[in-house]
Amino acid sequence: MDEKKLAIIATKGTLDWAYPPFILASTASALGYETEIFFTFYGLQLLKKDLDLKVSPLGNPGMPMPMGMDKWFPTLLTALPGMESVMTSMMKKKMASKGVASLEELRELCQEAEVRLIACQMTVDLFDMDPAAFIEGVEFAGAARFFEFAGQSDICLYI
Amino acid sequence: MADFDEELDASGLNCPLPILRAKKTLAGMESGKVLHIIATDPGSVKDFEAFARQTGNELMESKEEGGKFQFLIKKA
Repeated sequence: MDEKKLAIIATKGTLDWAYPPFILASTASALGYETEIFFTFYGLQLLKKDLDLKVSPLGNPGMPMPMGMDKWFPTLLTALPGMESVMTSMMKKKMASKGVASLEELRELCQEAEVRLIACQMTVDLFDMDPAAFIEGVEFAGAARFFEFAGQSDICLYI
Repeated sequence: MADFDEELDASGLNCPLPILRAKKTLAGMESGKVLHIIATDPGSVKDFEAFARQTGNELMESKEEGGKFQFLIKKA
């Protein structure tokens, strides 16, 4: 069996959107895919040693909320101070109770499975990010580096 | 259920953990040996079928018993 290839671009830095890249990459590795994730813009938050990601109900009418709040709670009030941390801690509790892995665990599993993690150098410079804040094993490179692998990939996802 | 060589209890774990744990356990087993997996994630039924088809490991048995899903996978 020829080794298939999966290339992912991760662009989002919220708790909810951090899951798809790591779930798909770790699963693909288990199925024998060679996998690479290119993290750009807000996606770079997923590479920080200290993951402090949040989820916001603001501007997200599709997000299920406790007590059916997504149906009756006024949108404007989701902007109130503290709403973000309340929703984030509820989401984390919900995930733990349903046996969903933590992001740290999934990321570690990706690294164990030799998923290559590439940080967009341009974004690192743009936001004056400290490379020391990222986990070990991250490669810093640009768009051309991504295409080198993505051009031969069987599946290419933009998340 | 037929005999098996190793057992993995993935009860309470959700996608993709049962698959990842199974892959890891199989990696430490010899070819021809059989892994018994127990899971509670209903999605694992289709997932283990797909896992077997894509990795070449044989899914010998798949059944549900009292809300638990059980699988026998023979390492290729």
